[in-house]
Amino acid sequence: MAISRRIVLHFPERLVEQPIICRLARDFNLEFNILKAAVTPNEEGLLVLELNGEQKDYDRGIQYLTETGIRIQSLSQNVIRNEERCTHCGACITICPTGAFIIEPSTRLVDFSDTKCIVCGLCIKACPLRAMELKF
Amino acid sequence: MAKTIAEINEKIRKGQAVVVTAEKIIEVVEEKGVKRAAEEVDVVTTGTFGPMCSSGAFLNIGHSKPRIKLGGGKVYLNDVPVYTGLAAVDIFLGVTALPEDDPRNKFYPGEFNYGGGHVIEELVAGKDIRLVATAYGTDCYPRKKLETLINIRDINEAVLFNIRNAYQNYNVAVNLSDRTRYTYMGVLKPNLGNANYSTAGQLSPLLNDPYYKTIGIGTKIFLGGGIGYVAWQGTQHNPNVLRRDNGVPRRPAGTLSVIGDLKQMKPEWLRGTSMLGYGSTITVGIGVPIPILSEEILRYTAVKDADIITPIVDYSEAYPQRKPDILGEVSYARLKSGRIEVQGKEVPTASLSSYPRAVEIAQILKEWIQKGEFLLSELVAPLPGVESGITFKNLEERPIEGR
Repeated sequence: MAISRRIVLHFPERLVEQPIICRLARDFNLEFNILKAAVTPNEEGLLVLELNGEQKDYDRGIQYLTETGIRIQSLSQNVIRNEERCTHCGACITICPTGAFIIEPSTRLVDFSDTKCIVCGLCIKACPLRAMELKF
Repeated sequence: MAKTIAEINEKIRKGQAVVVTAEKIIEVVEEKGVKRAAEEVDVVTTGTFGPMCSSGAFLNIGHSKPRIKLGGGKVYLNDVPVYTGLAAVDIFLGVTALPEDDPRNKFYPGEFNYGGGHVIEELVAGKDIRLVATAYGTDCYPRKKLETLINIRDINEAVLFNIRNAYQNYNVAVNLSDRTRYTYMGVLKPNLGNANYSTAGQLSPLLNDPYYKTIGIGTKIFLGGGIGYVAWQGTQHNPNVLRRDNGVPRRPAGTLSVIGDLKQMKPEWLRGTSMLGYGSTITVGIGVPIPILSEEILRYTAVKDADIITPIVDYSEAYPQRKPDILGEVSYARLKSGRIEVQGKEVPTASLSSYPRAVEIAQILKEWIQKGEFLLSELVAPLPGVESGITFKNLEERPIEGR
């Protein structure tokens, strides 16, 4: 059965320079589409992928990724904002790789657009008020 | 037209005082000019809501039976250690204190999800707090151990006393290095990936009274959702910095030490805060009313974000190594546009201080004054000004050996 899934990969520092996605495509016959990549040398990398292929290939591919030491997050998770804790300071604005936080210019209130959110989770710990939460 | 605080208070009592926020006064002056605005407006309210680390609370928890002398002993509130170097049941809870088992930056960057600031927020919210104490025992205070819940309702005093708040202007932080830096100015992405600032700008108390002509010791203020007072100049108060023609400092300058009864404050204006890789702290809401005693004072309150400039500092090298270098200066209007230019690169900006909440504080204070619930106080003494000759001292280390 052909499937399509969106996943977030967190690469530990030691794997940043490995050709992992190349192997994923070649050895497991999966088509990939990179939705977002943030890889800095000597630091953890982040990749958001859409994977298309047969279920059995997908399962084997995910197993391969897990064995390499990559942490995989499914986009079936959701990042939500705890409105009671958010103070609209805006510290999240430049942390979010997809621009999901937008300042409304006249009020300077911060709008969180969950359709732009790729659930990378970078805002969760960067939010000084801990207003961003991961929901499963 | 000079008014006195007594005259303004008389108008407040009668419900006739004209009060506007430090944001609104900009429009009023543009529309009516300084002279007319100064005649018509009695009070301008300011506000700020940002992380302020030099904050904490004194608590007197009451005497247990039998008695215990906490002074010289060890006390924890929700596992967060407090200072006990005081009399038997007085303690001081600082906002950056961390539970002893918090891993700090051992797993870098540390999360610092719970510290003294969070305990204060929960205390103010009326939640029970777990107190665990050990003491050495004396003839008059025999008890050596105490484990109990305490609640702000039941303790004698809870006094917020912040030794340094409300910085008059502050650095913009960037990172020139090739790795992410976790700082008190937030997460700074490598290679000028972002620029963080922390101010209410045109709404900020001391930026609306650059020479401390009305804000001084004894000034009654909005503090943490309740009423407080300016107790003293804050630590590191440094009036002698570069200033613009409008008097506004171009570098971090004056600071306030503030005090108030924690029991009448609100948790939404005292928020436990966690700076990734740096530590825990508290976000404090402060609003200061500025009595319009003269045209000069009114002119200061009409300051705009475009007129306030601040230095850009590299937090990967210059700041930690205490080098004086700055990467340029930028106005708050620019910072609020979302992008600034640093070393020829366009850098996205973010704030750590909440402007919408600062607006709300200035608005609440305005309403208190309009309703006649909040009268202005006369100054007991001014803050040290430019003429004080204060210089900002760094620590120059000296060897201890041979003493």
